[in-house]
Amino acid sequence: MTQYRVLPGPEHFLPPAAASMGIYLPNPGEAHINGVIVPEEKAYEEAARQFLSAQVPTIFPGPLVLWAWNEKAAKKAAAVRSLFETLKECVQPGQKPMLIPMPDYRPKYPKINPEVEINPNHPNLTIWHNKIDCCMFIGVHCHQANLSLKIIRGGTSCYTVAMCAQAGHEDAMLSFRDATVEKILKLGEWIRKLKGTVKPRLAAAKTGASN
Amino acid sequence: MSKERIKISPDLYDIMPSDYQDLVQSATYGKEDRGWKDIGTSKELIEQHSLCAGCPESMAFRYILASLPNPEDTVMVGSTGCTSLVFPMVAVHNIHSLFGNQNAIASGLKRALSVRFPDRVKDVVVLAGDGATVDIGLDMTLQAWFRQEKFTTICFDNELYANTGGQESGLMQKGFVAKMAPVGKLFDKVRLPEIARESGCHYVVNCTVSKPSLVEKVIRNSVLIAREIGPTYIQLYTPCILEIGKNSMEGLQEMRDSEKPTERFAYKEYVSEPAKQLLAELAAKDKERKAAAKQLAGKA
Repeated sequence: MTQYRVLPGPEHFLPPAAASMGIYLPNPGEAHINGVIVPEEKAYEEAARQFLSAQVPTIFPGPLVLWAWNEKAAKKAAAVRSLFETLKECVQPGQKPMLIPMPDYRPKYPKINPEVEINPNHPNLTIWHNKIDCCMFIGVHCHQANLSLKIIRGGTSCYTVAMCAQAGHEDAMLSFRDATVEKILKLGEWIRKLKGTVKPRLAAAKTGASN
Repeated sequence: MSKERIKISPDLYDIMPSDYQDLVQSATYGKEDRGWKDIGTSKELIEQHSLCAGCPESMAFRYILASLPNPEDTVMVGSTGCTSLVFPMVAVHNIHSLFGNQNAIASGLKRALSVRFPDRVKDVVVLAGDGATVDIGLDMTLQAWFRQEKFTTICFDNELYANTGGQESGLMQKGFVAKMAPVGKLFDKVRLPEIARESGCHYVVNCTVSKPSLVEKVIRNSVLIAREIGPTYIQLYTPCILEIGKNSMEGLQEMRDSEKPTERFAYKEYVSEPAKQLLAELAAKDKERKAAAKQLAGKA
């Protein structure tokens, strides 16, 4: 059994793909936390705790939900918005939840504006700029999500969550699989349930801006 | 052809960067009569480009993107070179191929799109520099034409390898001395337009990009002919002002000087018989459509 754990970085310049270190994906009904397979319920609780304890908890919706390709995508977008509103309601003064889009995957050098968007080819810029210490990817195509999650793990101390519609992501610190509208909303319910019970890391805390 | 496929999810509309909101609101996807005259009044399909100030290639890019008849269903295939610096800023699907492979990639892509989307018109347009088209990629360029692949090949001819410092290319004019070709070119500029014609291209044009209306007509014709009949080739002079020792403001004049009747970029056009017939049919349909629209406007 592997000893490797998928932990907040900065790991180093080129972190290994977690899969190459023996981390494997959860089966349906399961999730993983730091590379350890857990029941999905436990992952909801941990993700909610991470969001509520972060100074700048952030949701990164990708093209699969930002663009209304079909009715399902638009419904997921509504669920993402609902999750964000819940997060805003449940955080304490001093915490700053953000919702930052990843509209497409073009390598937009040097035009990326980290205040308003994130790009999978240099996600660390947006994380550093906004001092994001916990983020969740949703609606990002798997290959681009894997790329970003590795870069984030390599260069920042940000905690990463993947709400994946397919089989999950080894390179996230916490990953759900088979994401649906119901699962997104359920995470919101857990955040509401744990409201006030989690102590946020405020000003003095470590942020995503690791150099 | 419409904006149906580029709708932003309403619940997340407000967080989208303004570039994308503008593309959805005022870009000319789906507009039947789109053309270079939309520039300035609608959102262009090119964001800030990363080319040198005054580069004629940037003008060419703007005119071409404004002239594509079907941008939402067009895939552009590029190759390494100055053009590849621009593609990340372009709101049309695009693929960056290995250097010189662009026409091979486009061949497979066009065939795959025809199988995957049999009921939808999908255009493929190759856009590469003269090194990729004529030197390193000549094999792929010619073979695609021999096979009568149905896509357009556009060559941005700046007559040398510009972004690697000015090496000699096949399309460089005889005798020209460049920074990295100090002896001067020893043989004539490769006559690719003639080769294209003999290789089976149905529409071949050699010109500069000094006249936007002309570029619009040429691009539109080449895409429509490639869609229905077979390969087309457009060679556009986009001089590298840095490598020929010109200033930012002198690119346009350089093109005007090079398109005089006796110069190497004097307008040359070849249209095959089937392509002529198609263009005539399209012109007749267009005339009918415009007359009907005029009549309708009169009634209103």
